[in-house]
Amino acid sequence: MKREQVVDLYFMEARAKLIDLAAFLDRVDRVPGTDDFRMAAFRHALQELPGGKPDRAKRVLLSLSDPTTEPLPAATTKAAAGAWPGAALPPIAN
Amino acid sequence: MRFIEPHGHMVSRTTDDYLAMAMAGCQAVCEPAFWAGFDRSSVDGFYDYFRQLTDYEPKRAAKFGLTHYCWLCLNPKEAEDVKLAEEVIGIIPKFLDRPSVLGIGEIGLNKNSRNELAVFEKHVDLAARHGQLILIHTPHLEDKLKGTRLIIDALKADGRVAPGRVIIDHVEEHTIQLVLEAGFWAGMTLYPESKCTAARAADMVEMYGSDRLWMNSACDWGVSVPLAVPRAALEMRLRGHSAKAVDALIYGNPARFLSQSKNFAEKL
Ligand SMILES: [Zn+2]
Repeated sequence: MKREQVVDLYFMEARAKLIDLAAFLDRVDRVPGTDDFRMAAFRHALQELPGGKPDRAKRVLLSLSDPTTEPLPAATTKAAAGAWPGAALPPIAN
Repeated sequence: MRFIEPHGHMVSRTTDDYLAMAMAGCQAVCEPAFWAGFDRSSVDGFYDYFRQLTDYEPKRAAKFGLTHYCWLCLNPKEAEDVKLAEEVIGIIPKFLDRPSVLGIGEIGLNKNSRNELAVFEKHVDLAARHGQLILIHTPHLEDKLKGTRLIIDALKADGRVAPGRVIIDHVEEHTIQLVLEAGFWAGMTLYPESKCTAARAADMVEMYGSDRLWMNSACDWGVSVPLAVPRAALEMRLRGHSAKAVDALIYGNPARFLSQSKNFAEKL
């Protein structure tokens, strides 16, 4: 496919997701409170989007991943949160 | 259009789903053993579940013209209880000669714990001893990368099962290369909210090739779409992939991998 065809196929969908993303950040920032580890990771992951570097999807997924290699002593929950609680990321404003 | 649904938890779907899948061109559906949404209280619960998978569900699917296959195991979400896992692994050989069993799966990891890893290794041992194919579930979200690495390391350390007889499922952009470069097959799961969309699946086909790749809906009792595979096939056609290339991916590839099981090859 040519670039114009890709844009024809996906622009409106991506535009809607972009506005949804912006509205989500507004919604979170509008209410009192501070970011938990998920929002801290989310704002850090957004930093992977600007610039012309390839593999943005891969880099976003990596930035939300547990980077450790040792098995956990025990599973205390069955659920995943979408971001790694152990990251201890510095706050970042978007 | 014809396709094989290589990963569908049909016991949690309705007959309407079977009908819709058959009408969309589904030729066969393959059901890995999975978590029921609650922990089973004893090995007897698994015994009955394996009877359902190997006896009842193929008959239900046959009413809609679909051939039903299954994979057997104790899933990673229940693997923290090693004693129960050992009991369940102990009864699996009784079912392995049933005519619709494809192998051991979906085994793998959920939270990447020591017990989950130990139970995964016991399943790999079971598959190796009985010459079975393996279908692997990789963990969700932030746990996927670490779990995929642990799984690949454990398979390499065991060394008895050829990578070409193992499919590692639920890959995403950050894990697909690890899986393919180690020689395994990779599965892409098409979910509306997590894992992979049709567009991203088509991206990965274009970036990494489709030689050892399949797509599945992994439809179950959660948010999932039984017609996700034909929907992704349409996405690929809209992007200019030929009908032949799409057929090779959604029918030819699952058939090629699964034909390594004599039970699949005989009925194909
Ligand atoms: Zn599954």
